[in-house]
Amino acid sequence: MHEFSIMQSALNQVLREAGLAGAARVHEIRLRIGVLSGVVPDALQFAFEALTPGTCAEGAVLRIEEVPARFWCAKCGREFVSANLYAECPDCGDPSGDLRAGRELELSSMEVDHV
Amino acid sequence: MCEECGCGLSAGIPVSVSGHDHHDPGDHEHHHHDHDHDDSHHHHSHEPGGQERQTLELRHAILEKNDRLAERNRGFFRARGLLVLNVLSSPGSGKTTLIGETIRRLGPRLKTAVIVGDLATDNDARRLRESGAPVVQINTGTVCHLEADMIARAVKQLDMTGLDLLIIENVGNLVCPASYDLGEDLRVVLLSVTDGEDKPLKYPPIFHIANAVIVSKLDLDRACDFNRAEVTANIRHIAPRARLFEISAKAGTGMDDWCDYLVRQHEAVKQRDPLDA
Repeated sequence: MHEFSIMQSALNQVLREAGLAGAARVHEIRLRIGVLSGVVPDALQFAFEALTPGTCAEGAVLRIEEVPARFWCAKCGREFVSANLYAECPDCGDPSGDLRAGRELELSSMEVDHV
Repeated sequence: MCEECGCGLSAGIPVSVSGHDHHDPGDHEHHHHDHDHDDSHHHHSHEPGGQERQTLELRHAILEKNDRLAERNRGFFRARGLLVLNVLSSPGSGKTTLIGETIRRLGPRLKTAVIVGDLATDNDARRLRESGAPVVQINTGTVCHLEADMIARAVKQLDMTGLDLLIIENVGNLVCPASYDLGEDLRVVLLSVTDGEDKPLKYPPIFHIANAVIVSKLDLDRACDFNRAEVTANIRHIAPRARLFEISAKAGTGMDDWCDYLVRQHEAVKQRDPLDA
């Protein structure tokens, strides 16, 4: 359950950015979470609801975009999206060690009061 | 510059970008690449209720602070020509036994120290001290993984003089430690024959980042009806580039190969320019 500490880190950044923007309320927070990041979106949502009361993000919507695992196949010269998280190219079967997306733990944007 | 496509947008700085969609999983076309880099660093909208809202584009790595501290650790280790391992597995897969036996077998070939993380007790540290190596125990309390700043603090308690190898034994957990870079050179993931052949398929994130995978407790494989071909295939699906070892630390099987591998990796680290990324 490291989702609590990850959510806390994200929330700290959110509160700092809201402060810098002079916003009194945060309405929405958007995260991008890779399927190979080791973080469970539902657990983040749960942590978010537990951590936000009493902050200016209380009642805000948390939107999580899951980023699929995308590998580069050198043999085929193209990227492929792996549904089962296997690193083998679905066309040629070659294993790929080149993950292009899927490990993201990113605070992408947030919506606040316009000041 | 934008990290994803090199299009000249600054990453991490709030900028307003219409239609700059980095989220398309399938391709990397820039659909409406009109980049109106306005100076206000935000765009705003009118809500039905009449209240104005603005969007702050952030693109921040959530674990940015840990990543930065890990890079600092890495620089510190590289400047000393130190090989650093982050050893990961579920509880009871044999990390401590493997590390103790590794130190004994390496002997004078590599001077080794250990940092060991557990929620509570110093049992592992006491066991590892029997090998003669300096050991620092980190008690994480309720935290299920080690973080880069814990390593930075633990290292201060170690005499680094003449040290060749630092082994970090992470908290027994196959999920959480995968997210935290500690500044290591190699991530070593253990999977014991009692864990079952399908662990790599059940816990892909941690196996995906492994540089080496060790199948441990090999002396028990018959008692567990362990299928070695199946586990090898499963590891290859998730971590095709990882170096694979089959080891029984207790019986000594595979230990020579493993120790030779560490000596070679240490040679490579020593020859590397510390200023290289």
